[in-house]
Order: sequence, then C-alpha cells, then structure tokens
Amino acid sequence: MPVQPYIEAISAALWEEMERDKEVFLLGEDIGVYGGAFKVTKGFLEKFGEERVIDTVLAEAAIIGAATGAAIVGMRPVAEMQFADFVTCGFNQLVNNTASIHYRWGLPVPMVVRLPSGGNIHGGPFHSRNPEAWFFHQPGLKLVAPSTPYDAKGLLKAAIRDPDPVLFFEYKYLYRRIKGEVPSEDYVVPIGKADVKRKGNDATIITYGPTVHVALDAAQDIAGSDEYDVEVLDLRSLMPFDKEAILQSVKRTNKVLILHEDTLTGGIGGEIAAFINENAFEYLDAPVRRLGACDTPVPYAPTLETEFLPGKDKVLKNLKELLEY
Amino acid sequence: MKVEEIQTKKTNSLSQELSRLNLLREDAIRLYYYMVLTREFENSILKLYRQGKIIGGAYTGNGNEATSVGSSYALGKTDYLFPMHRDIGAHFVKGQTPYQLYLQHLARGSGFTRGRDGTGHYADTELRIYGNISHLAAMIPLANGVALALKNRKEDSVVLNYIGDGGCNVGDFHEALAMASVMKLPLILIIENNQFAYSTPLHKQYACENLSDRAIGYGIPGVTVDGTDILQVYAETRKAVDRARAGDGPSLIESVTMRMHGHSAHDDASYVPKEMYEIWNKRDPIRQFERKLFDWGILDEDENTKMFEEINHTLTTSAEDAVKEPYPHGSEVTDGVFAKK
Repeated sequence: MPVQPYIEAISAALWEEMERDKEVFLLGEDIGVYGGAFKVTKGFLEKFGEERVIDTVLAEAAIIGAATGAAIVGMRPVAEMQFADFVTCGFNQLVNNTASIHYRWGLPVPMVVRLPSGGNIHGGPFHSRNPEAWFFHQPGLKLVAPSTPYDAKGLLKAAIRDPDPVLFFEYKYLYRRIKGEVPSEDYVVPIGKADVKRKGNDATIITYGPTVHVALDAAQDIAGSDEYDVEVLDLRSLMPFDKEAILQSVKRTNKVLILHEDTLTGGIGGEIAAFINENAFEYLDAPVRRLGACDTPVPYAPTLETEFLPGKDKVLKNLKELLEY
Repeated sequence: MKVEEIQTKKTNSLSQELSRLNLLREDAIRLYYYMVLTREFENSILKLYRQGKIIGGAYTGNGNEATSVGSSYALGKTDYLFPMHRDIGAHFVKGQTPYQLYLQHLARGSGFTRGRDGTGHYADTELRIYGNISHLAAMIPLANGVALALKNRKEDSVVLNYIGDGGCNVGDFHEALAMASVMKLPLILIIENNQFAYSTPLHKQYACENLSDRAIGYGIPGVTVDGTDILQVYAETRKAVDRARAGDGPSLIESVTMRMHGHSAHDDASYVPKEMYEIWNKRDPIRQFERKLFDWGILDEDENTKMFEEINHTLTTSAEDAVKEPYPHGSEVTDGVFAKK
C-alpha cells in the first residue's frame, strides 16, 4: 500500500471525489491560483477549472452561506476555512442556517467545511484554535477529526458523500509530520465509528486528532517502563461519537483517561465522561480523568505553548496516577 | 429618501403604461388580486392571533404589498424566491396556497415544516420558495449559493431575495454583495425600506442619502423606487431580473414604503409619529392601484366587490380546514435532525 503524508491524503480525497461527482466543488480563500494556504488544493484549478475551484472574497459568512445555498439545491460544496480560527466569522451561518435546515425544511444539506485546526505550529492565539466544542453543542452538524492519512482520506470521502453538513477538522501539525498507508482504490471510513489505534487491557485513553499520537507515544513509553498495557481509542468522529466502542473498551479496561488538544473546560471530554458515568459506572475502577489544554487563549511563546498543550509528560503523569489508583 | 420627495407618477394612459412594461390587462388585474389576497390573508392571521389560535408572533406586511407582489411578479416559474416575513404577497405570486400558509402559521403537523418552525420559514422546493430565518440578512449568502449553483449549471434562472432597512446593516449583507458582485451572480436584492427596524427609525440606521447608494460600493446597479407603486416596483425588478438572467450580475433595489402595523401583533408601535400614518395612508398601495384600475376602466365596483368576496370565502374555508389539522405529535420531537443517522 502506498505511504502518503496526512495532507496528501486530504488532497487525494478531494481530487478523487471531484473526478467521481461533478456536483462536488471547492470554495474558499486563496484555494485556486495559490493552491491554498497549506497547498491542499495545489493543481486543482488547472485540472477542474475556476467554476469548481472558486477563489472567494475574504468573507467567511458568505463562503459558508453560499455552500449551504448550493447544497440545498443538490450540489456538494466543500468550503475551506483558511484556518479553523476564522470559522467564527461564519458561526451564525453554521449554527442557525446550516444546522437547522434539515430539521425545519426536511432538505438534505450535503456540504463539508474543512477546518485546519490545532496548535504546536507557533501560530499564536488566532491560528491555533480547536473550535470543535462550539459545534458539538449544535444539533444538526456532524463533526469528524481524523488523526491518520488513512482516516483523513476515508472520512473526507464519507463526509462529501454524506447528506448532512459535516465539519472536517484537519490538523496542521499532522499535515507533513504524519505519514501512513493509504489504499489507492476507493474506500470510505464510516462517520460515527471509532478505531482502536492500540490494544491494551489496563486503561483506555479516549482521544481524537493530534493527541492520538501523543497518547500512542505515552502508551509506548509506559509499556516499556512500567509494563502497563494501555489502549488508545481514536474517536475519529465526534458527532455522532461511537458509544458502542467506548463502552466496549471501558468495560474491558475499567480505567479511562479522556484526552483532547482543545481547552479542558466545556470541551468534548466532559460529555464523554458523563456518558461513561451514566452507562458504565459499575465497570469503573477509578474516576474518569480528563486532560486538555489549559483554559487560556492559545499562547505564542514556545515555552508558554508547550505548557499550554496536553503533551506527553502530562499524559504520562495522568496515566500513572490512573493506573495506580 | 424623504417621504415628501416620493411622488407617485401620474399616468394618464393605461395602454401606454402597461405596454411600456409588456403587461396585459389581465396582468394588471392579477397584480391587484395578489395585493388584496395578501392583505386579507394577513388580516385573517391577525384575527387568528387574537383568537389565540396562532401561538407565536404574527407579522404583517401591511403597506408592503406593492413591493412584495410587484417584485415577485417579475419572476418566472423556474426562478427562486427567498422572501422575508413581510413578503406573503410573493409567496402567493409564486403559487403558494393560503391553506399551506395557514398550516405553517398554526404550527400544524401537516405543514411544510411539520411544526418545527412557523410562518413563512418553510421551503417549498416545487415552487422554489425558501423562507427566511429570523436573522434576515443570513439568507443573502444562501441566496448567493443557489445563484452560484444556477450559474455553474448554466441554468438561466435567477434568485430574488429581500432585506430590510435594519437588516442591511448586518455583515452578511455586505459579505454577500461583495461575493455576488465579483462573481456576477444572478441575484436581485430588494431592500424594503419601511421606515422602522422594529422601533428604530431610519436616521439611526444609516447616514447615507439612499440605501440604494450602497450599490455603488459594490459596483452594481442600485435604484430607489416608490414601494407603494406596484408598476414602478415591477418595472425596476423586471430590469434587474433581465440583467441577472443575461449573466450581467446582481442588482440592488431600494423599495421605499411604510410599515403600517407594529413590528409584530404584540407591538402597538406607539413610537411611530401619528402624522406618518396619515401621510402614508394616503399612499396605500392597494387603494392607489385600485383607483388606477377604476380610472382605466379595467375594474368596476361590482367586480371589485366580487373579488373581495371570493378571496374572503377561500380564506375562511382554508383557515377552517387548517385549524382542524392536528399539531405534530410530541413524540416526533427528535425526528429529522439529520438526513442520515
């Protein structure tokens, strides 16, 4: 199987879906002539033309609104937010228009918004955010957050083919750092299905996105030093999240650490913890633990950002306390 | 534009005015009919509201009938309509029935939104009507999206959307016009300048002379029309529709009128100076056009009385039928959040 970086898997998914379905088109800032701020759509304009690769005005509400409008008449737009941080400017469109249309009108809204997310790239407060929790709280939106090239390609294809609006959180930190096997034949990763990225019996780290790799690193370390066997469950889809997979893992390992790069308070981890407490309390051998970023804006200086992010040291500390509980 | 500056054009010849607009006598009757239907329908909505049968807000477009009917009359069957809450007339012109609108207003389970939402907030894909959400300006980017799809599919349909004098201060208005203008989207945006945004008068909403001046900033045509004169509204919208259909891009039309009722049925609008009602009452869009039709010999008293009777009969039976329909069952509440679970 060919090995590809995470970012190329995203490009490949877009390319193949545009070849497969003429209703799929892209819109966003600097995605055409320039090929996108991260070059995800490099070469697309030449191949698909300016009607399907649209360099838009710098106006996120107009971009998300136009995607929504095109979707309700049967097109399949994929809108790019240049950075996930800028989705705030289109927030009203997403939460009031896009998310409510199927419930109110009964019309499918087959659109995708791509959101280059996350820190660790020295982006500072406005180029590093993880905004998923705002949208997690909005009924009517689906949310996916892949951690590997395989999942990125398969989930983006699934998102484009889905009849509902899907927010696709992709991670700048992973773009070129993470490589993996990606089949050349067509496949999808179904929305709503988690994936065990590492098998284990002593505890489960439930996570998604870039912290999957932090969790895998920590699990590896702890396996070597303390001979604990830690499971890493990658949610992949945040809405809907895979309740079955969570219960299966928790019932087996009996100890849970929920980990995300988003700030802790009001993050998705709280909902997962509540779900476990309500449905698997009797199986728990320790209180459910949560680890996320500090409750601050994303800081710029590397010393501050390192302290802000839930890195491997923090995961190891939490894991040890959990395992020894 | 100040009230006293708006003069209804005096025209002497029916044939001159209608033929200039490519309209037939039957069109003139239909324009009048839709305005009367709109006002009578909205009066019945207010009645249902006072009877406690309409559970939420009740909004009317009293004073706006010439704007909503005259503009939407310039659309063809395949064109898309994105109306606001004061554009019930446009729903009727597009072919919507009073019965369906009653179901919506009464939150009945058999209405378009199955009680999930009320009033004109529905979509009818067959008639190509896509109602507003309460954040009115948020519909302009959506209208752009439909226009973009039409353009990419090489269809020659156009999209007509409305906004208010308050709503055109919202960022979405500006973002959407920026996009529509550079992409030459087939969009017609009508600003219904009805003197008040809820209680806020015009001088607190904008400092430019006319709201149509905003078109200059986007490099698109902008025009201000007398929103109480249905033929003027029709004529200017027609031009904008033709322009959009020809691929020449969007237009902005400011239609100046007066909101003759409160913001919603609960609002006594005590903030409106009484003289304004007196001035604007003389310019009532329906009576203005009725006089013309009488003068031109297109309509006489008997025919007019008969039209009112027929309309009210239809409305009464439609409302009675709709009231008999049940609310959606409470157990359906979580159905339909997603198309695919």
